[in-house]
Amino acid sequence: MASPILDRNLHIRAIDAYIDPSVPRERAIITHGHADHARSGHKAVLATPDTIAIMKVRYGEDCAGSFEALDFGVPYRIDDVTITFYPAGHILGSAQVLVEQGGQRVVVTGDYKRLADRTAQPYELVECDLLVTEATFGLPVFQHPHPSVEIARLLKSVADQPERSHLVGCYALGKAQRVIALLRDAGWDAPIYLHGAMLRLCALYEELGVPLGALRPALDVPKAELAGQIVIAPPSAIRDRWSRRFPDPVTCQASGWMSVKQRARQALVELPLVISDHCDWGELQQTIHETKAETVWVTHGREDALVYWCRSQGLQAEPLNIQGFEDDGGEGEAE
Amino acid sequence: MKRFAQLLELLALTPSRTRKLTALTQYFREVPDPDRGYALAVLTGALSFRNVKPALLKETVLREVDETLFAMSYDYVGDLGETIALIWPHHGQQGDLPSLTELIELFNTTSKSDLPKLIAALLTQAGINERWALVKLATGALRIGVSARLAKTALAEMSGVDVQEIEEVWHGLKVPYLDLFAWLGGKAGRPDIDQSARFHPLMLSNPIDEEKDLARLDPRDFAAEWKWDGIRVQLVLGGGTVSLFSRTGDDIAPAFPDIVENVHGLGVLDGELLVGRDFEAGSFNDLQQRLNRRVASAKHLKESPAFIRVYDMLFDGREDIRALEWTERRARLEAWFVGNPQSRLDLSEVLPFADWDDLARQRRQGADEHGHEGVMIKLRTSPYVPGRPKGYWFKWKRDPNVVDAVLMYAQRGHGKRSSFYSDYTFGVWKGNEIVPIGKAYFGFTDEELKLLDKWIRANTVQAFGPVREVKKELVFEVAFDSAQESTRHKSGVALRFPRINRIRWDKPASEAATLEDMMVFIGAT
Repeated sequence: MASPILDRNLHIRAIDAYIDPSVPRERAIITHGHADHARSGHKAVLATPDTIAIMKVRYGEDCAGSFEALDFGVPYRIDDVTITFYPAGHILGSAQVLVEQGGQRVVVTGDYKRLADRTAQPYELVECDLLVTEATFGLPVFQHPHPSVEIARLLKSVADQPERSHLVGCYALGKAQRVIALLRDAGWDAPIYLHGAMLRLCALYEELGVPLGALRPALDVPKAELAGQIVIAPPSAIRDRWSRRFPDPVTCQASGWMSVKQRARQALVELPLVISDHCDWGELQQTIHETKAETVWVTHGREDALVYWCRSQGLQAEPLNIQGFEDDGGEGEAE
Repeated sequence: MKRFAQLLELLALTPSRTRKLTALTQYFREVPDPDRGYALAVLTGALSFRNVKPALLKETVLREVDETLFAMSYDYVGDLGETIALIWPHHGQQGDLPSLTELIELFNTTSKSDLPKLIAALLTQAGINERWALVKLATGALRIGVSARLAKTALAEMSGVDVQEIEEVWHGLKVPYLDLFAWLGGKAGRPDIDQSARFHPLMLSNPIDEEKDLARLDPRDFAAEWKWDGIRVQLVLGGGTVSLFSRTGDDIAPAFPDIVENVHGLGVLDGELLVGRDFEAGSFNDLQQRLNRRVASAKHLKESPAFIRVYDMLFDGREDIRALEWTERRARLEAWFVGNPQSRLDLSEVLPFADWDDLARQRRQGADEHGHEGVMIKLRTSPYVPGRPKGYWFKWKRDPNVVDAVLMYAQRGHGKRSSFYSDYTFGVWKGNEIVPIGKAYFGFTDEELKLLDKWIRANTVQAFGPVREVKKELVFEVAFDSAQESTRHKSGVALRFPRINRIRWDKPASEAATLEDMMVFIGAT
């Protein structure tokens, strides 16, 4: 491949634009609304309409100098560079960025998953020469079960212990709405109670056309009423003082990390739910093959293992150690 | 197996002790013999397999998974069993696994060469949770936060029998505990175990708090002895049969025929096993040589003969004297020695002392001149109570030696610490280079661990798998009990019980100790 049109810090030289920069830039292209990708303070932001809506709700109307909305699949030309967004399937509005210049095709996946999820536009495969992929779950120990299996475990636990309430730790953006949607699809039509941090984003999802059923703030609900109910809260709240208002709560957490039982134990999670908004090891491999990329840059997570595997497949591969991203993804917002 | 896997998962993830107990009692009540007995054996660590070992499992997995990817995964997960369960790449028809009893039978009867195939088939057949339980069963390392005591407490709750009574018969029982469950279920009498001929759980001491305890304790109420630097043993003299148990109840008689064949009398004694001639204790290193072998070699028997320094008596003849006060037990023990002259047993001396200051002086002197580990302080009126009862026995260790050493390598910890660099190799100057003298992984707070982890990531020179070599710039004040010459370490020095005393963020590495400084400590013991 000729010299890449993208630098290793995801800077598109020809148009001086950065993808998901961690410090304020003149021109930023934002893949999705999670805080480790979308920061406030950029001068000009290009993103999908849903991502812009999410950023405005999270950081305020003025969190960037200007916004330009670009729909999925619509090419956007600046000089001889063309930018096109394709759905990444990670959360609502999440996009992969296709950058084309002089016949070279580069795809930056952002965070993505392959599995269908009605709270996010479904992933589309984009063939390319250079693939910049995330590797949050880039180790062969990560083999995500189907989420319906995990939701069934949650509902069984609720049925078995009707005197307790189930507190499900979920990140407020994406995971919370997905878990609610999965519960609805599994037939749970009782009101779902929400921690205050969830309210705005759940309302936004509904506004943007993702129905979530009856939602109630958990605040000021009498304790007895919460027995046998499901409550969605940020992971930090489920073991904090906030949780004392619930009758004998079962602490649950929905995350891809929950497959490691020692981790769940350490986090005092009684019912770990392996529900991830990222590819597992098999899906990462599948995607790398299917994009037919000859060069793979790996970022966000366990780069080493995926780079090692790519090389064993005869691909050019290297890790991008992009500054500003957590070394240990365990605490990152994206999960 | 499914039921057992569910039990293990619940035990691993439920923080509430009450809920764990409920789950255990429910399991023991509902699951029939012999499955429940095998489960009990697994939970209490009483089960081991001759050929099914962690290495065999790893070998089985490495036939299917790239070795580098496995190593990276293990480094991340931090638990071998869990890594194997998660990484297994084949998922076949998920049928029911064999029952726990059948599995154990299979592990015990399958030939060594057929085991990898069997294990591979089982792993493929199992769902993720059963796979996890299966690997835990096979490796024997549960790490689910359940002690043998908790399992016994569940048995007590289930049956209404006092847990102490269960402890009393425990070491005479055999897997899968049919007679125990029959007794607890009211279907049979208490298992008939010769009380004087089995292992009795040991009485342990608490460290003394110099500031709090000494001011409130009256020295006249206490007896003092040296704290011996050997291994704690229980010698059971059954009249014709002799058993020698480690502190956890493991039978270590085969390693010490020189003791077993040369003791006489009837009774149960508590003491310290040491090596040396004429009751002169040698170094712990000499003892280590013998402990490392299951069966003693002729050379060891000749060069490092073993003896027991006895300090307590649980049974005098066939009489249980554990309820008596220490003073009376001591008198019985002394009288017993007069009636049963011994060549491999001697009495631990009782140290006269005027007050705590006097004892502190003796403790220091004993450490400096004889390398004693410290002193034991025992309440004269204390009965012999298994476990670690408060207020009866105290250990007062000598002040540790300290040395300023330089951090050289850091390795990721395991389990809870798997994302932290928490195991440290440090060294001292030998001319212009630093040579390693030891490794420590505790002595610091969680806050300090975070800072260390950060420093290590920022000051890495080179990484080899889970190990990072760091800039030779950070000084640790390392505390240790003693130093010995060693052929294993490049420096020629090995530390006993090293721990990080302080992190000397302020001290330049050039001011750390030299190998010559270390020699002083070797001379001292």
